[in-house]
Order: sequence, then C-alpha cells, then structure tokens
Amino acid sequence: MRYSGFQVIKQVLTGHRGWIPAWRDPEPKAHYDIVIIGGGGHGLATAHYLAKVYGHRKVAVIEKGWIGGGNVGRNTTIIRSNYLLDGNEPFYEFSLKLWEGLEQDLNYNAMVSQRGILNLIHSDAQRDAYTRRGNAMILNGADAELLDAEQVRKECPFLNFDDARFPIKGGLAQRRGGTVRHDAVAWGYARSADGYGVDIIQNCEVSGFRIEDGKCLGVETSKGFIGAGKVGCAVAGNSGRVMGMAGMKLPIESHVLQAFVSEGLKPVLPGVITFGAGHFYVSQSDKGGLVFGGDLDGYNTYAQRGNLPVVEDVCEGGMALMPMIGRARLLRMWGGVMDMSMDGSPIIDRTPVDGLYFNGGWCYGGFKATPASGYCFAHLLAQDEPHPTATAYRLDRFRTGRMIDEKGVGNQPNLH
Amino acid sequence: MIIPHPLLGPRDSSEFVYLGDASLIDRPDWQAENAAEAFYDYAYLRGNPAGEHHELWYHEGGDRSWLVVTRNTVTHEISKVELARDVARAQGRSK
Repeated sequence: MRYSGFQVIKQVLTGHRGWIPAWRDPEPKAHYDIVIIGGGGHGLATAHYLAKVYGHRKVAVIEKGWIGGGNVGRNTTIIRSNYLLDGNEPFYEFSLKLWEGLEQDLNYNAMVSQRGILNLIHSDAQRDAYTRRGNAMILNGADAELLDAEQVRKECPFLNFDDARFPIKGGLAQRRGGTVRHDAVAWGYARSADGYGVDIIQNCEVSGFRIEDGKCLGVETSKGFIGAGKVGCAVAGNSGRVMGMAGMKLPIESHVLQAFVSEGLKPVLPGVITFGAGHFYVSQSDKGGLVFGGDLDGYNTYAQRGNLPVVEDVCEGGMALMPMIGRARLLRMWGGVMDMSMDGSPIIDRTPVDGLYFNGGWCYGGFKATPASGYCFAHLLAQDEPHPTATAYRLDRFRTGRMIDEKGVGNQPNLH
Repeated sequence: MIIPHPLLGPRDSSEFVYLGDASLIDRPDWQAENAAEAFYDYAYLRGNPAGEHHELWYHEGGDRSWLVVTRNTVTHEISKVELARDVARAQGRSK
C-alpha cells in the first residue's frame, strides 16, 4: 500500500479499517541468496538497497528480537557529515545526501529535519582545527560555515558564553545536519524491503554459522538452519559475540553509551549543539524533550545500561553550557552498546571466511551512517567489491597500518 | 560500580581509569620470528566476551596500582580483583 494524502483521506472515509501491516511476518525459507543478520537500521537498509538498487529479491533479514529494538531505537537521532579524514568524509556526505531523499525513496515519513548542527569553539587552537575540518568538508561537497562568537550569540543567546574554563569563541555549523525520527528509519526500510519481497524474520536468533572448507553455507538459528549464498553480519554492539561464532577476533570492544531525555519543554534549541570540551551534546525532540548525551562509560560491557558517574558528568556539562536547563527534570535515561573499533572508524568488508561479510565497528556514529552503510554493504554483497565511498573501511587495515583515526588517539577504543 | 581493591577495600569505579583486556600484560617477544603478527594481535584484536572478562584498571585517584579485575560484562558483577603485579609475576614476568 502506497502512503499518500489521498490514502489518508480514503482511510478516514472508510473508518480506518483498510490499513494493513507495514510488513509481513514470514517463516524462514530453506535457502536465500543473501541472509543479513541483524534487523536494525543497517541490516534493514542493506536489504532495501539490495532489492531496490541491486535487484536481489531472495534476501532475508533475521533478527533475534523485534526489528528496530537495538541501537536504531536507542540513539540520539542526529545526522551530520562533519568529518575530517578522506576515508570518512565522502562516505558520511553520501549518507547525508541519502537522508535528504530518504522519505521519497521509502514512501515513509521519517521526519528528517535539517535543523543544523553547531560544534562550539573555545580557543584559537580549536578554531584552527575546526577551520581545517570545515575546509575538508567543503572539499568533499558538504556544507560548513565558521561562526564567530557574535553569530553564535545571535542564534543561541542562552549559552554560557563567559564560562571561565570554556568561553565560547565561535562555532562550526553544518546547516544540512539535523535529526531524524529514529524508529521510523527502521520501520520505513523494513516496509520498503518487505515490499520488494525481502523476508524479515523476527524472534530468530543466530546460534552459529555452518562453515565448510572455509566457505559459509548458512546460519544455524533458533528457527533451524537457513542456507545462504552469502551471509552479511550487521549487528553492531554485538559484533564480537556473533563473529566469535565464526571463530573471528575483531579489532573491536563493546562499550555502553548513555543518553537522556528531559521532560517536554517549549521550543528552546534551534538545532543540535555539541560541547565536545565539556562532554555534552544536545538537541530538542519534536515532542519538546531535550535529548542529550556525553561520553562512554569507558569499560567493556554488553549491558544496555550505564553507571552514575557518567550521568553526573553529562549533567554537569549541560549545566556548564546552558544553565537554563537546571530546573528541567530528567524524564528517561538509557544505554546502548557500541562496537568501539580500534581507530574509531567502521568496517564494511569481506572476512577471511568465504561468503561471510561484516559490517560493524560503528562506535557511536552508527545512526547517521545508516543509509550509506546499508547502500555500501549492499554494494559489497552484490558486487563483491567495496562501494567507492567505503574503500577505506577494510577489516585488515590495522594489520597494514591504514587506520582512519579522526581523533588520533590510537588503539584505545574508549577514547574515540 | 564498586571495585573491591585488594589493599584498600571497596572503592568507587570513578577513582579508576580503564585500560582494557588483561591480555595487554602479555606483551609479545619483539625478537620472535612472528613478532609482526603477534604484535598485530596484541595491539588490535580483542576477545570482547559477553560474560566473564579479565581487565586492567588503574587506580589513578588512589594508590596508583594496576589491578586485574574479573568482571561480568553482562551483569557488571565483579568476582575477583588482583594486583596486576601478582598476576604478571605468576605468569613468569620478572617485574
């Protein structure tokens, strides 16, 4: 069923009795051309682009819980393409362009809102660094705008400009950045993929891989064996666990990142604001809640919850940046498990096992990457070679010394 | 999280800095035939288990000792804490 204004009017006139489920709930077939493990944003996007762009219809997405129940439902919904390095920026700009056309592509309202993102500057050195970053973005076709303190004050008069430690001296703005309704991304991709005949199989947990003579023949699941020509793994957060079943050690640690929502407030924030120096970033949801977060807890974990020292640290950062939020009450907080890679950048690549492909290591940047990640993973699965914007995301880059380390902190995942 | 320090008793985890997997104690022999491969494995690859995990914590806000903490990465339960020094010596390291 195609969604449209006409459809809404038709359904209103018939008492809303004609709506049908947005995707089927099929039982797994014995064999597919391609099986994707992980019904999150990246897995579902992969299925959509495999079907729509690369013409593969015998595809299944298998998910241990319900689709969109993992990190695509647990992030802070920000999209942007403000990266510095050549290995990253073209990929994230590709992603932002896909976001801009996503709703028309999917025929689904994902509430893509390009309300802009502002990275704050507190020192001359930081201004130099952000100038360089802005230039790198522009060279790669993205938009970037360097603001001085007065311009920031005009747009965000409520910030604490004269903080003794981190006075605000300006900012780097990307106007095309913004936020997206995160659950709708999973649902929109699922509905579209399903429409092309992709089987989305929920409550089906992978318990192992069937690998013979170095070739992956399919996956063992809680609903039995599912044969596959190729298997793609897109389970970021749990990559270590799943790829461990294929006997692989990854350059990844799993960490928890916490996020928070305040009670609903009148519109106060024009867009996304990041206060990197104070470990705090914030936006305002369409319902009015301030959505904010900060640093990782910093230790290996698969628990989707964090600890109190980070809650305190994040809230202190918020108070330092915009003291006006002091009276707002915290409504909810939660944690999501991140694949933290050894250089802070993701992996989309073949693996040493023939027929087994890996997508992961998204650190805390996975949500904004969803469309391009799906597109590039679909390209890799369909054509057995990396998409032009994802050529640097090799699994073996740590062996060959071709790291993509935006922050330059080395192989310490909790610092990226 | 509260980490039961072997010398100082229960201490809040915010006094500590986390380094990572305790396998980082086992630095490979740089003169070995397979040193390049061994250092790649040592520096970049992690077991990353869901369950019991041996890991290095540094008591920066305290006595500056290195600890090997055995902690469950699913429940955050800590089952064992040793001085990293003792663990390394038990593995045959001189210091």
